[in-house]
Amino acid sequence: MGKTIFRIWRGDKTGGQFREYQAEVSEGMVVLDVVHQIQATQAPDLACRWNCKAGKCGSCSAEINGQPRLMCMTRMDSLPPGPVTLEPMRAFPIIKDLVTDVSWNYRINKLIPPFKPRPPDFPDGTWRLAQEEVDRVQEFRKCIECFLCQNVCHVLRDHQMKEPPEIFGGPRFMIRVAALEMHPLDTVDRLPLLKDVLNIGLCNITKCCTEVCPEEIHITDNGIIPLKERVVDAYYDPLLWLARKVGNLLGLRKNKKIPLPTLQKNPTSEA
Amino acid sequence: MDYPIYEHDVLVIGAGGAGLRAAIEASAMGCRVGLVCKSLLGKAHTVMAEGGIAAALGNVDARDNWEVHFADTMRGGQYLNNWRMAEIHAKEAPERVRELEAWGAVFDRTKDGRILQRHFGGHKYPRLAHVGDRTGLEMIRTLQDHGIHQGIDVHMECTIIRLLKDGDRVVGAFGYYRERGQFVVFHAKAIVLATGGIGKAYKITSNSWEYTGDGHALAYEAGAELVDMEFVQFHPTGMVWPPSVRGILVTEGVRGEGGVLRNALGKRFMFDDIPEAYRNSTADNEEEGFLYVIGEKYQGRDARRPPELLTRDHVARCIVREIREGRGSPHGGVFLELQTFCDWLERRRPGLNKAEYIKKKLPSMYHQFKQLGGIDITKQPMEVGPTVHYIMGGVRVDGDTQMSTVPGLFAAGEVAGGLHGANRLGGNSLSDLLVFGKRAGEYAARFAKEHAAGQLPRDQIEETARWALSFIDHPQGDENPFQVQYDLQETMQNLVGIVRREEDMLRALEALERLRERYRRVRVVGNREYNPGWHTAMDLRNLLIVAEAITRSALERRESRGAQFREDYPNKSEEFGKVNIVVCKGPDGSMRVRREPIPEMPDYLKRVIEQNK
Repeated sequence: MGKTIFRIWRGDKTGGQFREYQAEVSEGMVVLDVVHQIQATQAPDLACRWNCKAGKCGSCSAEINGQPRLMCMTRMDSLPPGPVTLEPMRAFPIIKDLVTDVSWNYRINKLIPPFKPRPPDFPDGTWRLAQEEVDRVQEFRKCIECFLCQNVCHVLRDHQMKEPPEIFGGPRFMIRVAALEMHPLDTVDRLPLLKDVLNIGLCNITKCCTEVCPEEIHITDNGIIPLKERVVDAYYDPLLWLARKVGNLLGLRKNKKIPLPTLQKNPTSEA
Repeated sequence: MDYPIYEHDVLVIGAGGAGLRAAIEASAMGCRVGLVCKSLLGKAHTVMAEGGIAAALGNVDARDNWEVHFADTMRGGQYLNNWRMAEIHAKEAPERVRELEAWGAVFDRTKDGRILQRHFGGHKYPRLAHVGDRTGLEMIRTLQDHGIHQGIDVHMECTIIRLLKDGDRVVGAFGYYRERGQFVVFHAKAIVLATGGIGKAYKITSNSWEYTGDGHALAYEAGAELVDMEFVQFHPTGMVWPPSVRGILVTEGVRGEGGVLRNALGKRFMFDDIPEAYRNSTADNEEEGFLYVIGEKYQGRDARRPPELLTRDHVARCIVREIREGRGSPHGGVFLELQTFCDWLERRRPGLNKAEYIKKKLPSMYHQFKQLGGIDITKQPMEVGPTVHYIMGGVRVDGDTQMSTVPGLFAAGEVAGGLHGANRLGGNSLSDLLVFGKRAGEYAARFAKEHAAGQLPRDQIEETARWALSFIDHPQGDENPFQVQYDLQETMQNLVGIVRREEDMLRALEALERLRERYRRVRVVGNREYNPGWHTAMDLRNLLIVAEAITRSALERRESRGAQFREDYPNKSEEFGKVNIVVCKGPDGSMRVRREPIPEMPDYLKRVIEQNK
């Protein structure tokens, strides 16, 4: 394939610019290979994250010609001829070059109450579940936490709704909550969290997240929309609302309101 | 000394399956736990594990139990295993798997709703609890999402470069954060190493950049012993084309689901070479092997496994033989295909949608080949060849407690040696992480409770900081760290690979000496902030130690057994069947090698092995 110009964004939080490198591209190479080549021969301090190089760990997310992709799964021959532009994910603060500070995601994750199963079905501590019951959840659990969906979500990217009082959990964590809410064994009610902490209502289902998901999870259709319906049913159905009010007045309501978690500061040393 | 100091009872280094499980256990025992990961949390190499977790749950075949699993593990390891670890592993794995389910893991199910188990090489019964071919991801995410609510302090993108000692025992660790390059001190009463393996010592590997033998080298430098380092597992099936993806793993699950290996002549060569120890348990015709895959009987008795599911060391050697003798595929591998099996299955199940069947059974393999190789595995054969995958050897530990020979220093998972002997069975790694991760966490916590914190050694910290900074703008430096690493990988690949000879390995030792010389002249440009050149320079020290340990151990073992094949000693030797090779750092700083007799196995375990012959 010969030589290709790479324009790579170099810099840190104080600013930066695109720099040009000439790369030698051969058959089958992916963008991450080119980055490694440039690192080894021209710019040993070029920062990028990567681990598995097989689309399984979700570390090497970046924007390739403006498209959010995994560098390890983007073949050079899939890109149009001409120079390739490479820049970090733009929804997160820059650390250096292609590396961004994604610690916010870890803080959001911690807000989600953990899995709590119903008591085991059998004395040996096991449950029985049909494959059909778990298929749906397994789709969500394919997530590799590349955070590309968070990166393209306009609520996070354009409106930066990441800190109180305006927070949106983002598609990744809608999917994580979906995996818990639809887990056949789980017993926790996370609808209050969805509605008032992760603010699911802020998603207006443009499906940008679904489009970039390298695991092809149907984030919007199978995850966010069903969760939105559950929230609507629970909080905005007039009949249920009335029943709940009456129930509250009569003291019939079993579940006392639990305090909702708030986003913690100081991300890096505690997850 | 103005570095930040974190105080922990137990410090766990490494946050893959073993590290997370250790941290969870130590925390559950009431300890203040620190967890250090070289990458972001949840990205460790465990996510790459595809096949499953080996545990004798007996869900698919009720005849399975710990005794069969134990006997399979020992046979696979050619009886060099630490038998106590193999026993504990086989007994405790089922409980660890059930525990994962209770923490939210969602395994594939049997028809009656239990955890489904699949066949894998060297396991007598279907034993691997799995989630499609992404079991490792399920495991790490489950442990991660459970662990973050246990009050564990997580230090992400932090690399440890030295264990700190006070007299004989470890009392802390010294490292740096990638982001800013600033140093950090951890003061701990006990330390668990869970740093994984050494794949980056080789050119063709399924391992990521992180796998630079950090824990092996840290332990060695701290005075611990390493055992079985000659046993490097070459996974028989890595991708070979295109060049940039060479080495990426093709799960054994492909063969477990009926995948067939063929040479360039189209011949299914695995039937030709079935080792004596496995003759009784291996099919001698295609029909029987395929019936085994779908769990059905052959001529009224249990079908025996297809020869593609023989142990990894054997399959890798057969593939190398085909390639060397000129029957390889166009890009220097052999073919692995699912079409023969699917056509056979279609004849039994008319109307079967073959493409959908493969996609459902092996979703990530389908994607991997489609995206990286431009190959549709539902229609085309894959090209595969051996890739460095795992090291059986590691820190020599006590079987029950996982403590090394250095007080307060524990090891679990790939960095620990012993469980797998001369060859690891697929699926025994994820179970290893859980069983011994838990044990290491538990015994480290006990150690921490029984011992006061030691004194932090200021001189060791300062010395290490000076060493780390010496690379940056080294005035006499003229070597590129990436180039030195590349040359080391080339050396190990060519001279200490699958087929070994004394003369090659002696040359490797000389080459390593020259590389050490060049290492002193490595120069890093740029500053300390997220600088991969600097990180590579520091990791190189570990790779040099590990490469030497592998080479010296392999030289010492003058026989062929398990993962080690010596062309100059092609047979097994009774003498070497009784010893493990152990290396440690001598008082003069040079590497010492010795043979350590394997302790006598108790009678009840001998009986188990006899009954399962």
